[in-house]
Amino acid sequence: MSDVLELSAARAAELVRARELSPGELVSTYRERAERDDLGAFLWLPDEPPAGDDGAATPSDAPLGGVPVAVKDIFCVEGTPTTAASRILAGYLPPYTATAVERLASAGAPMLGKTNMDEFAMGSSNENSAYGSVRNPWDRERVPGGSSGGSAAAVAAGLAPWSIGTDTGGSIRQPAALCGLVGLKPTYGAVSRYGMIAFASSFDQCGPIARDVTDAALLFGALVAGGRDPCDATSIDLPEAVELPTAERLDGMRVGVVPELSEAAAIEPGVKDVFGAALGRIEELGGAVEEVSLPHSEHGLSAYYVLAPAEASANLARYDGVRFGLRAEEGDLLSLYERTRAEGFGPEVKRRIMLGTYALSSGYYEAYYGRAQRVRTKIAEDFAAAFERVDVVVTPTSPSAAFRLGERTDDPLAMYMADYCTVPMSLAGLPAISIPAGLSDGLPIGFQITGRAFSESRILAAAYALERAIDFDLAPARRAPGFARAEVAAR
Amino acid sequence: MIDRAQVLHVARLARLELDDSEVERMAGELSGILEHIERIAEIDLDEVEPTSHVVAVENTLRADEPRPSLPRERALASAPDAGELGFRVPSPGAG
Repeated sequence: MSDVLELSAARAAELVRARELSPGELVSTYRERAERDDLGAFLWLPDEPPAGDDGAATPSDAPLGGVPVAVKDIFCVEGTPTTAASRILAGYLPPYTATAVERLASAGAPMLGKTNMDEFAMGSSNENSAYGSVRNPWDRERVPGGSSGGSAAAVAAGLAPWSIGTDTGGSIRQPAALCGLVGLKPTYGAVSRYGMIAFASSFDQCGPIARDVTDAALLFGALVAGGRDPCDATSIDLPEAVELPTAERLDGMRVGVVPELSEAAAIEPGVKDVFGAALGRIEELGGAVEEVSLPHSEHGLSAYYVLAPAEASANLARYDGVRFGLRAEEGDLLSLYERTRAEGFGPEVKRRIMLGTYALSSGYYEAYYGRAQRVRTKIAEDFAAAFERVDVVVTPTSPSAAFRLGERTDDPLAMYMADYCTVPMSLAGLPAISIPAGLSDGLPIGFQITGRAFSESRILAAAYALERAIDFDLAPARRAPGFARAEVAAR
Repeated sequence: MIDRAQVLHVARLARLELDDSEVERMAGELSGILEHIERIAEIDLDEVEPTSHVVAVENTLRADEPRPSLPRERALASAPDAGELGFRVPSPGAG
């Protein structure tokens, strides 16, 4: 059984297809571990584990070979509790299933369970969940990152073979970095958002969190197979099929380093060291490293923390106690709305609704929202200019390694700084991948590779070659001691 | 920078009830965040077009063909209070 755990998802799928591994054994191994989750990674597991060998949903010949996937609790699944880690959606059973989840199931990856997250994907530590924080399997006193913290912790600890998360300003890449995993934020529009609970609709993207680049490429390929989703008007066909990476060299690849992001004061020394060493590896592999400037990237956080809350304030207007979820019983309709939202939303969600409503309110709209949209244009132009000279842009993923639980909960700005290196790509809608580049004081450090729109195959290829050279060892997170049975179910 | 009265005004716009301590805390936190955000006032943005959507897609319209929609009883199934025909709410005029 422990052998099964050592297999990457892609390798497990291969063995299933070759009839050398039973999908039933694979599923029960992970199901058993997920049941003993003591990290707070899972919010919900089905009563019955997903069908293995005999289940029609997971034929042994399917591309994903019956390897089950953990799903962030932001994806609607018909008849299955879906909360976005918010009290306001307690008890909600969606009447339909997200396209991403449906596509993975039909490609042979049944849902293992729903994972914990920051409420409505707002956060960088997973401490904003209404159902409890998630612990980082590398150090249980530290955060796994966020907002897809449960999806990352589950994969790192070997409670799930792979998972999907969502990324609005870094919510796939940053937890992947803090947990020693690979996380891919696709180009905006690549993966359907249908059935994915909306946070900031012009940013939100679904993507894979996986043990290695090949797993991420395989899962991403299944998410986009089938092309544009008629249920999401912003989804687009990828211009080319996703290729599983094979090249071990980077000869001829022009790699841009961005001093505004990699040398910023906010970047911790340990992160800079690991980042610098990875640049050395790139050169050894034949890549040509040069500096490129993204002069407006330092304003990315400001633009992002206007635009994303503004969009969120509109998207979250639907949670009013009328159609689903929580309702506070009160006298008239207005107080029903106001009290339901007061009881149902946590502090960070309230903060962002307030921020976004303020930025959109009469008299402030142009100074905040209008300007932020123009900064967004400048940042996209910066990237376009950089990609005239280089093929990919590389930066640290996160300014720091995993921080301690509670360390930043009283300081929203310090928490927002965690997104410093990831929001510029989100503002420009570009694909970016984080891979583990090494350890600093025993904690994983992520390396981010960004490409032009729809160049996922290229950044996957670069990530693959670098991954092989770095040879990061994820096993310590799986060997983490003390699988105490979770005392309290999430809800 | 942002005071109690502004917090209460925005909270009403957002249909969010805040207790006294929340109003206090929100005023401080929002002021701190806005102070950081206001650095974008320094950038020269004349002649720069705003970006609302990052991928160039024109209006995407689907064919106007009738197809089944969600049955009413399923749409009502998750409601805290529903009648046979719709969602039930208190009178908007009571307060």
